[in-house]
Amino acid sequence: MQPTPNAPIFRPIAERAVLVEFGTVLGQAAHQAVLRLDQALAAQRFVGFRESVPALVNLLVEFDTLATDHPTVIAHLRGLLTAQTIACPQPAQREVLICYDTDLAPDLAAVAQQSGLTPEAVINAHLFGNYAVFMYGFAPGYAYLGGVPKAIRLDRKPSPVRGVAAGSVIIAGAQCLITTLLMPTGWWIIGRSPTAILTRDPARPFLFDVGDKVHFRRISRAEYEAAQ
Amino acid sequence: MTEAILRVAFSGPHVTIQDAGRPGLMRYGVSASGPMDRQSFKLANAVLGNPPGHPGIEISLGGLSLRCKSGAVTLALAGGGFIAETPDRKLGAWNVLTLRAGETLTIRPGPWGSWSYLAFAGNLQAESWLGSRATHGSSGFGGGKLAMGQTLTITNAQALPNREGPIPCPIWARPRHLLRCTLGPQDRFFNTETLNTFTSARFEMSDAFDRMGLRLRGPSIAPTAALSIPSEPILRGSVQVSGDGTATVLLSDHQTTGGYPKIATVLADDLDAFVQCRPRDAAMFQAITPAQAIAITRQNAIRFAAFEDRLRRA
Repeated sequence: MQPTPNAPIFRPIAERAVLVEFGTVLGQAAHQAVLRLDQALAAQRFVGFRESVPALVNLLVEFDTLATDHPTVIAHLRGLLTAQTIACPQPAQREVLICYDTDLAPDLAAVAQQSGLTPEAVINAHLFGNYAVFMYGFAPGYAYLGGVPKAIRLDRKPSPVRGVAAGSVIIAGAQCLITTLLMPTGWWIIGRSPTAILTRDPARPFLFDVGDKVHFRRISRAEYEAAQ
Repeated sequence: MTEAILRVAFSGPHVTIQDAGRPGLMRYGVSASGPMDRQSFKLANAVLGNPPGHPGIEISLGGLSLRCKSGAVTLALAGGGFIAETPDRKLGAWNVLTLRAGETLTIRPGPWGSWSYLAFAGNLQAESWLGSRATHGSSGFGGGKLAMGQTLTITNAQALPNREGPIPCPIWARPRHLLRCTLGPQDRFFNTETLNTFTSARFEMSDAFDRMGLRLRGPSIAPTAALSIPSEPILRGSVQVSGDGTATVLLSDHQTTGGYPKIATVLADDLDAFVQCRPRDAAMFQAITPAQAIAITRQNAIRFAAFEDRLRRA
């Protein structure tokens, strides 16, 4: 039995979670189903709800074992799916600033060469992408944005590069990410952003919610320095 | 206000400030962190009458040495068979003692266990991040790793001589080698023979053991195909299997998502005592149903609450 967006599979995990699978391969319909259920759950929690974690094609729902159990949680989730008449929530639109100056974009030339484009064409392609936050993972604030245009999709590097600065805008395949920590990465570094994903605002500590739309706006070096 | 000032005379790697952790933020890529052995941590606080998530220090096999520069504070040390020494005393972990100005307390590994917890009769001052002082591994945010020369301030520090003395160490806080788990959520990527191997073979803990996870050595339990499954959420206790058939049990500072198949997920309660094992110790997995997992956890909760309650009343 393969899960589908209309007929998900509920997998009980250990003593405290259910994984709801809407598909087994990347797909827009499965991901939208994840976002819809996550949204419905946010509006209508069950007793003993702990947290929900939206990912590409599945949603993890964790609960308090002393307050509820797998069958009760699965029944609640099924109820939400049946009752779902609501459309997918209107995603927020977020802007991320980016400077493509050479020293901040060490892989721009390599991406250009491998894509058969000029660096300026790579920049334009990147700016032209329609991005959406598919999920967070790896480290705090690491939001995986889908939507990198086909022309500049490359496999990741054979081995990771160490010490990549926070704020680096990196791409691999269809995915783009703005790093939040000094970290190794095997993705291609094509720019630097002064936009903080970890906002330091206790009321809204992370810039994006999963599902948000994102566009990049090019800034000059002077603007980048000023925004730092 | 009474303060105690402690200087970190020595700190091994992976010695961190922890509290109950910051659950609820995995959707933003933030794992809950918190103590590796949550139960021992809670008992250390309970014996001092602290709230369960009161900030304390998690000590690794690297050890820790604290010198009291001024003031006095009563401490509880619980978790693992560590050794605590002051110039005039040598005690095991599972003890309450008072550290006074001029005295040095050195905590080092003893006959068993990998993690020990130091709770304070007072408030350990530490950086908070997203509502918790627990150190987040990959970022270092929160209370942070202890570093040699660092000064720790305990506000409202109390010396409680009547609390001093041994803490009973419950049998369930000792190293656990049999891990109860439910299969999955990606057990379908393993054939029956591999699943049988997983639940019957003896694995061994490797040296690759930190707050993120613990890699096991043992028979290969490789998935049926070279897989690229879409990255999906991970729980503490997930047993993920890499393409070459090596299993890793993910722990307090695990990544929040990953694309390796998870053959099984270990009960949270069993992890507390499992992390007290040491490299080269045995580990075995026993598959149970989700309903059994719930029944066991509820029984454990009753047992733990009764024990904790006795400590608080003592």
